[in-house]
Amino acid sequence: MPPTENTPATPTDTGTPAIEFTDVEKSFGPTTVLKNLNFTVAPGERVTLIGPSGSGKTTILRLVMTLEELTGGYIFVDGQPLTFEERDGKRVELPKKRTREMTTRIGMVFQQFNLFPNMTVLENIIEAPVHVLGKSKADATKEAKELLERVGLADKAGAHPTRLSGGQQQRVAIARALAMNPEILLLDEVTSALDPELVGDVLEVLRDIAETTDITMLLVTHEMQFARDVSHRVMMFDGGQVLEEGPPDQIFNNPQHERTRKFLSSVL
Amino acid sequence: MNDNISTLLNFLPQLWEGVQTTIILTVLGSIGAVLIALILGLTMTSPSAWLRIPARIIVEFFRGTSLLVQLFWLFYVLPLLGADLDPMACGIGALALNYGAYSAEVVRSSIKTVAPGQWEAAIALSLSPTRRMIRVIFPQAWALMIPSIATLLIQLLKGTAVVSFITLSDLTDKVGQLRQSTGDTMFAFSIGLLIYFVLAWLLQEFMNFLERRATAALGRRRSNSRTDRRDARRAARSDAARAKGGTL
Amino acid sequence: MIWNWEFAAEALPILLRGFVNTLIATVVGTVIAAILGLILAVAIRGLPRWINWLVRLIVAFIRNTPLVVQLLFVYFGFSDIPGLVDIPALVVGFIVIGIHYSTYMSESYRAGIDAVPPGQFEAATALSLPPVRTFTAIVLPQALRATIPSLGNYAVAMFKDTPFLFAISVVELVTAAKEFGGSTFAYTEAFTLAGIIFLAASYPTSLLIQRLDRRLATY
Repeated sequence: MPPTENTPATPTDTGTPAIEFTDVEKSFGPTTVLKNLNFTVAPGERVTLIGPSGSGKTTILRLVMTLEELTGGYIFVDGQPLTFEERDGKRVELPKKRTREMTTRIGMVFQQFNLFPNMTVLENIIEAPVHVLGKSKADATKEAKELLERVGLADKAGAHPTRLSGGQQQRVAIARALAMNPEILLLDEVTSALDPELVGDVLEVLRDIAETTDITMLLVTHEMQFARDVSHRVMMFDGGQVLEEGPPDQIFNNPQHERTRKFLSSVL
Repeated sequence: MNDNISTLLNFLPQLWEGVQTTIILTVLGSIGAVLIALILGLTMTSPSAWLRIPARIIVEFFRGTSLLVQLFWLFYVLPLLGADLDPMACGIGALALNYGAYSAEVVRSSIKTVAPGQWEAAIALSLSPTRRMIRVIFPQAWALMIPSIATLLIQLLKGTAVVSFITLSDLTDKVGQLRQSTGDTMFAFSIGLLIYFVLAWLLQEFMNFLERRATAALGRRRSNSRTDRRDARRAARSDAARAKGGTL
Repeated sequence: MIWNWEFAAEALPILLRGFVNTLIATVVGTVIAAILGLILAVAIRGLPRWINWLVRLIVAFIRNTPLVVQLLFVYFGFSDIPGLVDIPALVVGFIVIGIHYSTYMSESYRAGIDAVPPGQFEAATALSLPPVRTFTAIVLPQALRATIPSLGNYAVAMFKDTPFLFAISVVELVTAAKEFGGSTFAYTEAFTLAGIIFLAASYPTSLLIQRLDRRLATY
């Protein structure tokens, strides 16, 4: 269900949510970052998380990517448990292998790109499709080249990541994530580490993906105009809780909470 | 002086035998040390305490007891326990265990030094733990660890000089013989020191070559310039010193 | 396991007597290495290029050749020179170990000095401090602070290298163990105890240095 341009309508899919947080709790030692967090993201929905630093937005993405250990509650992807499930009233951890099968549906793009410096651009992209999904090298290469074309870096397949600019590296990282055909894409402040003049290209690529695919997206960004353009829903976080949420127009033009207003005036 | 030279010339074949023994000890000892370092070092990064703690104990044990104690233990005590190793095996074994334990710490800390983002990206791509280590983490850690390993292997080369204590006729032993036949200590030992110096230089060059290859594979600027290499060596030495003396 | 407690009890005092020499060699060696290392690191700054180069060559030579051979070289070499008083083996031992490790320590000092931020020099210049005062009051204290843990690590490394004094028949711990083993064939007890003593002395020291390192790292 491709959303219409510029005025994304919230997908009306009432089936199984793509992502579901149930009573999620996350603490780092004595510090509790998230507590009793409940929300769902519908398939194909694009949700932007905003809020002051330390409000737990990035932690949410990292929990979905299994980069942080869930200290309480459950996360479901396509209705299936991701890391923990309830069995006989007890909370039990899933086998690592099962979790890894689940994460093949999830892709992530990082603030710091995190390309593998010991591999060329092409090798970075085909590594997981070949060795995780079991695709043939030829197929994976063909798809990788198409993706590179799409992010405007067709000529960089053989280059080393360290030779690329930050913006180029980030576009390769996006291609690498897309090569896994993810159902869910997590974007963690993907433009924050870039020089201002390189931000545009990366956002352009992401806009294109948003418009032409129905990948569920969860993004944390400081690019408010971009958030407004691509997301169906904006969630304002504060102190590990959802302070308010709604369509971008509502949140940006008519926030209900004083804190949201304050936050927005500080970033806009 | 002329007498010395002619004695030396006559002694050359024997000296060469000693050099060969030293080279064999160094090469096989180094291979053993690197293998031990990889096994113990990787085990020490394991999330399971059941693997990590025994590996840590082995490492601390072989770092904490001196090389010579280990050598003598293998040579004098093992036969009493019913295991007779020939002196060469004792020498290689002690060198590999001692310097392998030091290097294991280098391997562990290099793996831990690889940027967390690299681990995270590998997890995000759902790579299996084995694949993650082999394809992503280890190649980067390898480039980091070579300078420190090089320093330790040079120390291993220097350490081979103790095998003459367990009847092996290595370079040091042959130099002792040369001293007796020339009666000139300074002359004989200067020759010996010079040969060790050349061997150490060759070893260092070989390790530099490995390092250049490893960093080139990461697409970094080749650390070719002399100052780069000097800085790297300096940093490596302080790392190795930390590995040698310190724990963690 | 072949283990005789009687032999062990008999060996222990002998080993501990040897251990005294081990400690003397380590402590005096460390003092020599610490002082000479600092001289090597500081004094050659400002000397003519060729002397600098020569010192570096000698340092590299000492560092890349075996301690055992250096011990033999000095011990027998000097006893060859007629008219020279006999220097006790232990003295030769700690001098040679001290010189050997001074080449390592000088690198630590140099790295420590290089790590002092340029802003410190600039601030000292801005205060019109004379260069000597800048160096002794500003640069050196900061450099030494950063260097102390690595000096400690070298001291431990030196401690573990003292058995090499076996080569010049200094009766330190391991030599004592070997002699005891040679006369009683109780090698198992002798060398095992020697190993335990080494471990018991070096491991806690290393832990201490590690804690010191962390303490000093946080200003």
